[in-house]
Amino acid sequence: MNGASPEDDPEQRRRIARQFIEIIPHARALGMSLDKLSPEGTEISLPWREDLVGDPDSGVIHGGVISALMDTCSGAAVMAHPAGARSTATIDLRIDYMRAATPGQTIRARAECYHVTRSVAFVRAWAMDDDESRPVAAATGAFTIER
Amino acid sequence: MAGRNEPLDAIKSRRNGTLNALVNSVPYIRWLGITFDRRGDELTAVLPFDEKLIGNPMLPAIHGGVTAAFLEVTAIVELTWSAIWEDMEQGRIAPDAAVPESLPRLPKTIDFTVDYLRSGLPRDAYARARVVRSGRRYASVHVEAWQDHRSKLFAQATGHFLMPQNG
Repeated sequence: MNGASPEDDPEQRRRIARQFIEIIPHARALGMSLDKLSPEGTEISLPWREDLVGDPDSGVIHGGVISALMDTCSGAAVMAHPAGARSTATIDLRIDYMRAATPGQTIRARAECYHVTRSVAFVRAWAMDDDESRPVAAATGAFTIER
Repeated sequence: MAGRNEPLDAIKSRRNGTLNALVNSVPYIRWLGITFDRRGDELTAVLPFDEKLIGNPMLPAIHGGVTAAFLEVTAIVELTWSAIWEDMEQGRIAPDAAVPESLPRLPKTIDFTVDYLRSGLPRDAYARARVVRSGRRYASVHVEAWQDHRSKLFAQATGHFLMPQNG
């Protein structure tokens, strides 16, 4: 094994990160699915659903759902990063809501770690609907790296 | 309306009716199971624990996204509640969940920043929001959330909101 820990193996790392999402009850309850997972970043999508609406006037999904999606996607990006975190927790997360997500459309989030230290990962994330040229929301967050 | 001698039942039914209409009209608030306790004009949001709110099944802990959503819902309801209070008390509005046109329009979140102070335990959570500044167009709201001890916050947040414009 040359003294390499399991976390150094990319395949193993991908498996750990994928499980991290699949065993999260809240991610399942919201209907999230993991579309891409790589050391460079992650993508998670969430289909529109009537019971997740925040503005009954327009049918626009609630900002809290976008927060949950961004937080999960960012956490997954931390887990998939070569830093090899065994677990992670959000320290802070700021979300800019740039426009209302179009009712009925799936929301896709993308996250990447733009800087990682021994104990903290700095993450950026975006959320898009079908019109990918105009993001719905952007987020920046700091996450712990548990070793 | 709202006179010194107005019957207590009328006051309570107006205020509770308005609050219920506001909260029950939002599907996502119902999905999360959030309710609001009212003491006069003071609101406390309550998030009863549920399995579907878990983010880390090992600890277990409430999902960070749930915490953010709970704080944002609390901020929006408090902001709307304080914005419509005077109209409600004067009888100019009487929101009814069954009559969509009667419901107040909600502020839109511009940005929201959550500070995670400790992990959310698998038990009920509470939150209160304070409207720090509310102008005609923009508002700034601070929210605090706790579980067992009021003084031991597990999260706090600040958000900026665009107020609904009349007409």
